[in-house]
Amino acid sequence: MSGWIPRKRSTGRSGESESPDVAYRIVVVGTSWGGLAALRMLVEALPPEYDIPTVIVQHRHRDADAMLARFLQDFTQLRVCEVEDKQPIEARRLFIAPANYHMLVEQGHFSLSTEAPVRFSRPSIDVAMTSAAVAYGHRAVGVVLTGANADGADGLRRIASGGGMAVIQDPATAEVKTMPVAALKAVPTARVFPLERIAPFLGTLPSSRERTHRTA
Amino acid sequence: MAVSIKNGDAIADAIETADDAPRGSMPGPPTGYSSELERVEIELLLEGVFRQYGFDFRSYAYASIRRRLWKRVEAEQLTNISELQARVLHDQDAMERLLLDLSVNVTAMYRDPQFYVMYRSTVIPLLRTYPFIRIWHAGCSTGEEVYSMAILLEEAGLYDRARIYATDINEVVLQQARRGIFPLDRMQEYTENYIKAGGTRSFSEYYTAKYDGALFDQRLVRNVVFAQHNLVTDRGFSEFNVIFCRNVLIYFDKELQNRVHSLFYDSLVRLGVLCLGSKESLKFSRYESCYERLDTTEKVYRKVR
Repeated sequence: MSGWIPRKRSTGRSGESESPDVAYRIVVVGTSWGGLAALRMLVEALPPEYDIPTVIVQHRHRDADAMLARFLQDFTQLRVCEVEDKQPIEARRLFIAPANYHMLVEQGHFSLSTEAPVRFSRPSIDVAMTSAAVAYGHRAVGVVLTGANADGADGLRRIASGGGMAVIQDPATAEVKTMPVAALKAVPTARVFPLERIAPFLGTLPSSRERTHRTA
Repeated sequence: MAVSIKNGDAIADAIETADDAPRGSMPGPPTGYSSELERVEIELLLEGVFRQYGFDFRSYAYASIRRRLWKRVEAEQLTNISELQARVLHDQDAMERLLLDLSVNVTAMYRDPQFYVMYRSTVIPLLRTYPFIRIWHAGCSTGEEVYSMAILLEEAGLYDRARIYATDINEVVLQQARRGIFPLDRMQEYTENYIKAGGTRSFSEYYTAKYDGALFDQRLVRNVVFAQHNLVTDRGFSEFNVIFCRNVLIYFDKELQNRVHSLFYDSLVRLGVLCLGSKESLKFSRYESCYERLDTTEKVYRKVR
């Protein structure tokens, strides 16, 4: 009599994630030391048709203002903004996690939190990526760039184990390689690219919007 | 309601263990744990806690409450949320510990100094026009921002016409707030914040260092009423000129935020001022049209209709 309970569809690791038809719903990019230059290069190289909602978690001082958003806006056609609590997740936007808050991805919107720093960081890349994995499962993408600590490794592992896409900057091209090395150790199966090839790769990922167009 | 938080020492533990260990991975489910199953378990646990103890966390923002529940699972040396449900339903002490995890919000003195600069220049002149000022500090946690505001009112010469009602769901944090002892190792950061916030005296005038704590002058709370109040289930209790509720609603989902905004709206006098956290907004609530913004950067609103 075993096996008569119908199995619920699971969003866990499955062959589906490797298929070109997975529509990605969120990209979380994490970086610390060296992040400013790396983010500029990444953002500038995103192809014009790129439209997956993308959030950037960059470690910085707790008093930092919206300077990072203003800086990056000069290099992209996408609209750049600092996240506010319960802000809807929308296509063709670059969201910046604000300084001194954790940023959490929920289904359809962001939430913020002032809970204690995690591994001395707030915003924490691990917290952001883990919440993206919980909310979007195999439709989440995590990208770990240059940085001087191990934040992001745990979060990227959560994204990968949920069937999502894990991307790491080739440590050899990173200004500080501690963060990508730690991420690679946590997710040996991640896609590894030199910095200049990450944006073009993200541009090849199918988004839910494309999918809607195609089926319409 | 069978449980109230009474263990005073537990609060210090809750705050100190709030930061995850710098090494090792974050508390969370093992690899391969289904997110759908996890959501079912979390909803069942919160429903059970509500029906058994009356504390309603069912409309809290999911991602954050999920983190806090897993921390408690790990601290209790359990392996999943369902086990935590069984434990808190059968063991009141475990429920008290969970209640601390879920209800303690980390704060700081003069968090976001620019907010206080704006408050001095924009809100204080409005308050001068009132003979008597009633302020509701909703969700005051351990009181850092209550003392910050008291100092600011004192320096503006308005303290003696003000009464501050500082409320929180959690009786233990209120006890801590009443004592007014904050960690000495935070005083350097708080002093910097105070200066950036436009403080006009020497910050050390306001506290006495003792062992590893800074005891704040109890005269600062002579017009403060600390009281337990639950934003989720309790009604309003007065009319206020200012409602100060920064970085509390971020832990609620959108629907619950709207309910609390309704409570705030009803509790403000006409032209009363609502102060939210710098990254909170009325834009995503149903109450945006009832208020006007008083500042382009800070989230300070005045009730206009």
